[in-house]
Amino acid sequence: MTYTKRFDGRKAFDEIRPISAKAGVIPRAHGSAVFTIGKTVAYAAVYGPRELHPKFLQNPKTGILRCHYNMMPFSGSGERVKPGPSRRSREISLVTEKALQPVVDLSQFPNAVVDVFIEFPQTDAGSRCAGICAASIALADAGIPMTDLVAAVSVGIVDDKVLVDLNYDEEAYEEGPVADIPVAILPSTGEFSLLQMDGEISKENLLKALKMGQKAVAQINSVQKQALKEKYAGQEADVADSNTSGGEYHDE
Amino acid sequence: MMNESLKQHLIECLKHNVRHDGRKLDEFRPITVEYNISRSAEGSARVKVGNTEVLAGIKLTVEKPYPDTPDHGSLMVGVELLPLSSPAFESGPPSIDAIEIARVVDRGIREAKAIDTKKLCITYGEKIWTVCIDICTINDDGNLLDAAGLASLAALQDACFPYYDGTQLDYKKKTDVKLPVLKLPLQVTVYKIGDKLLVDPLSEEEFVYDARLTVTTTPDGTICALQKGGEKQLSLQEIEQMITMGTEKGHELRKYLKDAGN
Repeated sequence: MTYTKRFDGRKAFDEIRPISAKAGVIPRAHGSAVFTIGKTVAYAAVYGPRELHPKFLQNPKTGILRCHYNMMPFSGSGERVKPGPSRRSREISLVTEKALQPVVDLSQFPNAVVDVFIEFPQTDAGSRCAGICAASIALADAGIPMTDLVAAVSVGIVDDKVLVDLNYDEEAYEEGPVADIPVAILPSTGEFSLLQMDGEISKENLLKALKMGQKAVAQINSVQKQALKEKYAGQEADVADSNTSGGEYHDE
Repeated sequence: MMNESLKQHLIECLKHNVRHDGRKLDEFRPITVEYNISRSAEGSARVKVGNTEVLAGIKLTVEKPYPDTPDHGSLMVGVELLPLSSPAFESGPPSIDAIEIARVVDRGIREAKAIDTKKLCITYGEKIWTVCIDICTINDDGNLLDAAGLASLAALQDACFPYYDGTQLDYKKKTDVKLPVLKLPLQVTVYKIGDKLLVDPLSEEEFVYDARLTVTTTPDGTICALQKGGEKQLSLQEIEQMITMGTEKGHELRKYLKDAGN
């Protein structure tokens, strides 16, 4: 047996599921976005820069980025997800932070924090990557100084096929080996800021998968940019203003 | 916190029946109800009241009944005031505000007997369905309380049982058997600011209210749950007015739900 045809009807192994994105969906937040890939939907909201509590966490040299990944109780593919942080969600929050860190410059905001909250109403694998895609749009929407957006997708193998954007059924494939490799990539340089894997894969296939990921994120990145353009179309003057002033400090 | 001059301004304007966004005292903001917004849930809905947005999702599980109700299914309501939805909400265990909303919503549905819990019994004393309603806030611009109530009802209407063969639950296979919803108890909270009564407060108005009364009513006008909140007291006359207003508005809100005859 080999894996010949993708379970969800996608035609190619390097094809990602349908994606869409929208910026500015949460009026109370300083920046926000929703990012959808297949049946996985991620909301992200950014609050800050704002005062960081407790005080001992403050860094007088720079602001810090803090990410919070959370699944809504009804968003799992099986049983209800118990509300509140789990070991899994805390680890994903951590790697999400590290995935976004390289493009975010908070040096103008000493002692402050930028909080990113990521929430999912429904999931079908690839949630951490969808969360990173949404978070990156939301950070840009909030006017946080950034050198790039970050785009993320999972790559891997199912049986003998190297592929991108595994859905839940592919992750659960039982007839042969599976490797699930979420990656986040800086689209302008092709560098990696998130790399995790579980499963088994040869070095050759791994490198092939990573290259496939680099290609796939170009498509994701253009959807991210489009979402920002749609919100700010016709507001060029405002964007120029906030660039020169270098963002603002939110005091609440 | 809110600045004192805005607070005084809001109160002054209300004396002349003028609200911050120009609405009448008994007028809701535009409401939208969208069904089936999460495929992971057995039933779900999105409710927007002005800029306030909440999602409600339902998960169904098979559990052992409580010893005192061996032939009834059970209900659980949870509210997550997500820090995503307001700078005022923090991560961590549910705040007292979240708990209050969950309990008020729960009480309305439970006491109105909105769900036919007998039909949720699978095997007497052994197996029942548990209905978990979780409400998550996306944007808080006031009146999460009533938005949560409306979203819960819509999610209940939307819910179908997952496939169950007597031993194993298969969440991937949804049946087309609807959850037995008997009626729709609508929840409306009436606020008192100064000597004025109003509904559907904005965030700013929630900061300045003196007292509130949540009134949950069934289609025939029966009151099935009440919750008084706020720092100040209410007279009997005020309570009567609030119940009248809450009941009328409840009938109005019911029209936003499908099959609103129930």
